[in-house]
Amino acid sequence: MKPAPFAYHRPRTLEETLDVLADLGEDGKVLAGGQSLVPLMSMRLSAPPHIVDVNHLPGLGTVEVDAAAIRVGALARHSEVEHHQAAYDAVPLLRQALRLVAHPTIRNRGTTVGSLVHGDPAAELPAVLLLLDGSVSLLSATGPRDVEASAFFTGPMETALRAGELAVAATFRRPPPGSGTAFVEVARRHGDYAMCGVGAVVSMGTAPDEILSARVALVSMGSGPVLVDLDEALEGESLDEETVRTLVDSAVDPETDIHASADYRRHLAHVLVRRAVDEARRNARGRAA
Amino acid sequence: MTQADATVRVSFTVNGSPHDLDLPPRRLLSDALRHDLRLTGTHVGCEHGVCGACTVLVDGLPMRSCLLFAVSLDGSAITTIEGCCSSDGGMGPVQQAFHECHALQCGFCTPGFVTTVTAYLETNPAPTAEEAREAISGNLCRCTGYQNIVAAVCRAAELLAPASPGETVAPSQTGGADS
Repeated sequence: MKPAPFAYHRPRTLEETLDVLADLGEDGKVLAGGQSLVPLMSMRLSAPPHIVDVNHLPGLGTVEVDAAAIRVGALARHSEVEHHQAAYDAVPLLRQALRLVAHPTIRNRGTTVGSLVHGDPAAELPAVLLLLDGSVSLLSATGPRDVEASAFFTGPMETALRAGELAVAATFRRPPPGSGTAFVEVARRHGDYAMCGVGAVVSMGTAPDEILSARVALVSMGSGPVLVDLDEALEGESLDEETVRTLVDSAVDPETDIHASADYRRHLAHVLVRRAVDEARRNARGRAA
Repeated sequence: MTQADATVRVSFTVNGSPHDLDLPPRRLLSDALRHDLRLTGTHVGCEHGVCGACTVLVDGLPMRSCLLFAVSLDGSAITTIEGCCSSDGGMGPVQQAFHECHALQCGFCTPGFVTTVTAYLETNPAPTAEEAREAISGNLCRCTGYQNIVAAVCRAAELLAPASPGETVAPSQTGGADS
């Protein structure tokens, strides 16, 4: 249960970091919070020859909120984003999801951007980024590029991040005014990976209880976060349950493992989608009031 | 460029005392504390971040020392269970509460609980039993069934409350009183 030996780099500036990452190429692995990477290394599931520790870089721990979006820096810890009041006021979904990420002790170290780059199909934050039409800002010695959430998650534990690139920030766009959000999940143990989790964004119209659009993103239900647009099921003030089931069923591809069968996960998906949408609607009304 | 077998210099304080260590980069903080600094109060249970026994405070926040590379903590202030005692070296308020409430049996998990609860009560000085249960949800105990630990969290809050009668002992966050 000890990591394999590696060479350690502790750059103090962004420029130095990008130079080191460019030199190392595929051999370099960025360490931020390390709450997923270190256990993987301890279990010898991962043995990167070079670790580039970005924890000492200045200026990457910011959470910025403006009229359009929330921009979370690479070193903002989960707990800092979770407790950021302006971020919560702008996009409650972030805190709703972050509360389900492991335990407070893990969230004190783990980073929000790191969780996105890790790309675990059971993780909550990739689903949140997808739901909010977010993007990830990448920087390399050759320049910057932004990747939309829909193109960022390419497979289980795989993202569009290339060798030599550092993810410096993630942008979560604000949902339209009058929207409500929710994140619900079922896990075997408190704080453990969800057998199924669902985030929802529901946009309400000007008429009372009129739903303009509804979308959900599911975790642990495929090779990455699964986005499902429920607009086809809209019927004024409600969603047609049969259509929702069909839409969800055709999008997800759960696997059977030691924690749950694929059938049980599908069952959870149906129940949790309904719960998440209902809760998001209630939250929309609460915010409008 | 550092080689895989080269040691790396790291400087941090543990319970207020400064340390400059030359460590292999793969040395986990839990092992640096136990093996290099001989602070064996920090216990290593699962060693992959699930059990919470190795929880220490880094700059006042509870973190799993088995999920940190020691070399990554350059410049940090670390508090271990050894730093959670009272200023005279006796039991700190959280330890006192665990003692009074019989919140331990074998004691293996206790250092992780005490550090976690010490930090928790700083931000939530008067938790309900429900909140106390949530606060310790990341720490596993196989003996007690948690009831007495929840009681101890609430008792520690009483001991720490400014208006509480009897002697008041503040937890030594950095243990710096002796330097």
